[in-house]
Amino acid sequence: MSQPSTITIDGQTVPFQEGQTIMEAALAANIYIPHLCYQRDLTPDGSCRLCTVTVNGRNTSACNTKAMAGQQVLNNTQELQDIRQTLTRMLFVEGDHICPGCTKTGNCQLQAVAYYVGMLSSHYHHFYSYRKIDASHPDYFIDFNRCILCELCVRASRDVDHKNVFGLSGRGRKTHLVINSPSGELADTDFAVGDKAAFICPVGAILRKRTRYTTPIGERLYDLQPINVVGDAQQIHAGAKRHGNQN
Amino acid sequence: MSTSNLTTLPSFIQDVVQAYQGRPSYLLQMLWRVQERLTCIPAAAIDSLAKQLNLSHAQVEGVARFYSFFHETPRGQYDILWSDNIIEHHQGKSELMTTMMQKLGVQLGKPRADGRVTIDNTACIGMSDQGSALLVNGFPITRLSKTKVNKIVELIEAQVPLADWPTDFFQVRNNIQRKHLLLGEDFESGAALKVMQVKGAEATLADIDKSGLRGCGGAGFKTGLKWKLCRDAPGKEHYVICNADEGEPGTFKDRVLLQAYPDVVFEGMTLCAKIIGARKGFVYLRGEYRYLLSALETTLQKRRSQGLLGDHILGDPNFSFDIEIHLGAGAYICGAEMALIESLEGKRGTAWKRPPPFPVTQGYLNQPTVVNNVETFALAAKVLLQGAEQFAQLGTAQSKGTKLISVSGDCDRPGIYEFPFGVTVREVLLACGANQTQAVQNAGPAGRCVSEAEFDRRLCFEDLNTTGSFMIFDRTRDMLDVVQNFARFFVHESCGFCTPCRVGTSIIENLVEKIHHGNGTQGDLKDLSHISYVMKATSNCGLGMTATNHIEDTLQKFPQTYEKRLKWSLGLSPSFDLEGSLEEARKLAAMSNQVAEAA
Ligand SMILES: Cc1cc2nc3c(=O)[nH]c(=O)nc-3n(C[C@H](O)[C@H](O)[C@H](O)COP(=O)(O)O)c2cc1C
Ligand code: SF4
Ligand code: SF4
Ligand code: FES
Repeated sequence: MSQPSTITIDGQTVPFQEGQTIMEAALAANIYIPHLCYQRDLTPDGSCRLCTVTVNGRNTSACNTKAMAGQQVLNNTQELQDIRQTLTRMLFVEGDHICPGCTKTGNCQLQAVAYYVGMLSSHYHHFYSYRKIDASHPDYFIDFNRCILCELCVRASRDVDHKNVFGLSGRGRKTHLVINSPSGELADTDFAVGDKAAFICPVGAILRKRTRYTTPIGERLYDLQPINVVGDAQQIHAGAKRHGNQN
Repeated sequence: MSTSNLTTLPSFIQDVVQAYQGRPSYLLQMLWRVQERLTCIPAAAIDSLAKQLNLSHAQVEGVARFYSFFHETPRGQYDILWSDNIIEHHQGKSELMTTMMQKLGVQLGKPRADGRVTIDNTACIGMSDQGSALLVNGFPITRLSKTKVNKIVELIEAQVPLADWPTDFFQVRNNIQRKHLLLGEDFESGAALKVMQVKGAEATLADIDKSGLRGCGGAGFKTGLKWKLCRDAPGKEHYVICNADEGEPGTFKDRVLLQAYPDVVFEGMTLCAKIIGARKGFVYLRGEYRYLLSALETTLQKRRSQGLLGDHILGDPNFSFDIEIHLGAGAYICGAEMALIESLEGKRGTAWKRPPPFPVTQGYLNQPTVVNNVETFALAAKVLLQGAEQFAQLGTAQSKGTKLISVSGDCDRPGIYEFPFGVTVREVLLACGANQTQAVQNAGPAGRCVSEAEFDRRLCFEDLNTTGSFMIFDRTRDMLDVVQNFARFFVHESCGFCTPCRVGTSIIENLVEKIHHGNGTQGDLKDLSHISYVMKATSNCGLGMTATNHIEDTLQKFPQTYEKRLKWSLGLSPSFDLEGSLEEARKLAAMSNQVAEAA
């Protein structure tokens, strides 16, 4: 084939390899497409919809759409940023995101994306649905009220750790994360420090106990640089180092 | 649940698992057995199923808690579900239901202290032409009146077994008002298969193709092409699936076909099987139609004994095919083919998979699969009998043949109308005796709201696409009641996978409720329009993309419905610019054709 394998993103020519998604091609070219449920090395999920881009006039999710030669992708447009701002607001009103009181503040991708898309208020009515927390595990604490249902922990635990600690249950607005044990408690699983699933949560839902002040507020990842510059990989990497993962 | 139930639970679960040869893809069917026996799916049953099926606890739990007919806590000995479509509300459902609850002394969704009865709402059960209607332990009672409700209360208080209730209570009418090619001619079992035997499978496929038949489930994909793509796709097995989920509120044509014409439907499936090389077919029957199960099984058995199903159909050594019926469990999303297949595989019925690949190449168990609507299969059989040319003569350029329309709401003669494609809204209204019509909701809540100015539009793929639901509202109706009912429906039915639909449906419901209560502001209208836009632009599947069509349409065509309820007195943005806030809605309306294609 004589045609070079490239697409354009906001007019910029971006090469890609056969089989890559638009997200992968963009990341390789250092182009930031907002995302919350996507992580390198895990099968894409396509649930948060933050990565919505316009491909040849049609909207689709960049994380699970294959790059194909000649695609014209719109990413950083006002229209898409507005849409993403609304999606971010949706996640804020659905859960209980108490940023100033959350251990994750400054390291949280949801918060960082909210800054990036210019979200100043959550605007819509909060749902105030109460989900019980799980503090049963000696090293981890789960606040389901901050879970955005991205299924990153589900995939990491199933596909990388091979432990299958998490799953989703319920339907629609009642969809919620469950722990895979008859008691439903994290302590009754083999979840452990060093699991990929233990440091993949983009928000403050799965939290390591006793690490609240390892990095002071104000010096955390997204306190220093915006997410479109640092992305998420570093955060995961930093988390891995701090939390004892040797991989 | 009693303790004796708990101690015998593991052995009961073992029997259930064995009844399905321990195959995890039958999990939904196993859960039905548990629900029927225990009136709920307790955590202990989940645990036992997980162990015996070698599935994770979370997986079984996730499936059990997805479907609304599976309950976490015990239901009453009589479990009553009232159909909650707007049509039934207009038929007096709320008052009847309140009476029943008061007389029996029960609260919504909670079993009475003595465990006798539970009363709850459920999405449209496909009886809008004979509502109000309810399901008691899965069996429908239609045409409810005060007298009937009182009688039901008495029967329950006297603990009369369901089998001894008056049989006429359980009669479901067909209400066929107008017949044509599909409903008109008598059908002899095996007739179409015999035509195929003479013609050969290749020529039969060519006929289906030539007829111009398109799918009746909504997307209107060409049936001949779908079968051909599936036939040509490599795979260990090929499968035929009949989509009998009929979840779009106000639709009941598939129920009538399965009730009165099951042979024609099965015959269509069998034709398809021969053409694509399938040995196995499924009917995915919505849980609301569980009452049809035994009659359908009887028809299947009859066809086996006639040599029309099973091994060597019509003596052909290369033609073996059988059909199984799988029961859904209360989830509208499972009508969407990607979710349907998940559900058929025993999983949560979410629409997380986004094609491609399409089911024709990777469907059930990742094998090439044809999914067609009930009516599509029935029409395929008719094409063979009537001839492709004759079929293609009916209808319009892009929409051949006839369409079954489920008419309900404000008219004299609700029921099933078979019209050639291209019939106008006005012609249907005239035929069913509708007067003073304000609006027609065409193709269900996910379809389009048609105002009087558009009554000359035609029902066909070129103009107003229809799944068959045709709900009529006369001028006495408040369209905001309609909107509120639809908004609630989508909150209940979103599968919850993606952000815009999972959260957006609830935001919409909250806003509509606020406006309905008279507390709305102009800003709320703007928000309605914007959320609608974002849902359409970003949702993962057709449900989220169409869940706000009714909002868009009513904002545009019935703005006064909203305006008259706004709280002007608060002085919030007093110079409201309706035009401006509707810009987005208009833009969306232009996008809608594109979206219909995507769904
Ligand atoms: C939310 C949603 C619900 C659907 N419900 C049904 C249904 O109840 N019955 C049906 O036949 N098709 C339904 N469909 C369409 C199916 O996905 C699929 O297109 C259809 O079954 C294909 O059959 P056909 O080609 O005969 O129309 C639905 C689609 C969506 C997006
Ligand atoms: S706990 Fe965290 S990683 Fe897991 S689904 Fe929730 S937000 Fe995602
Ligand atoms: S649009 Fe709605 S039904 Fe479809 S995947 Fe998203 S949440 Fe599920
Ligand atoms: S990152 Fe693509 S949908 Fe979440």
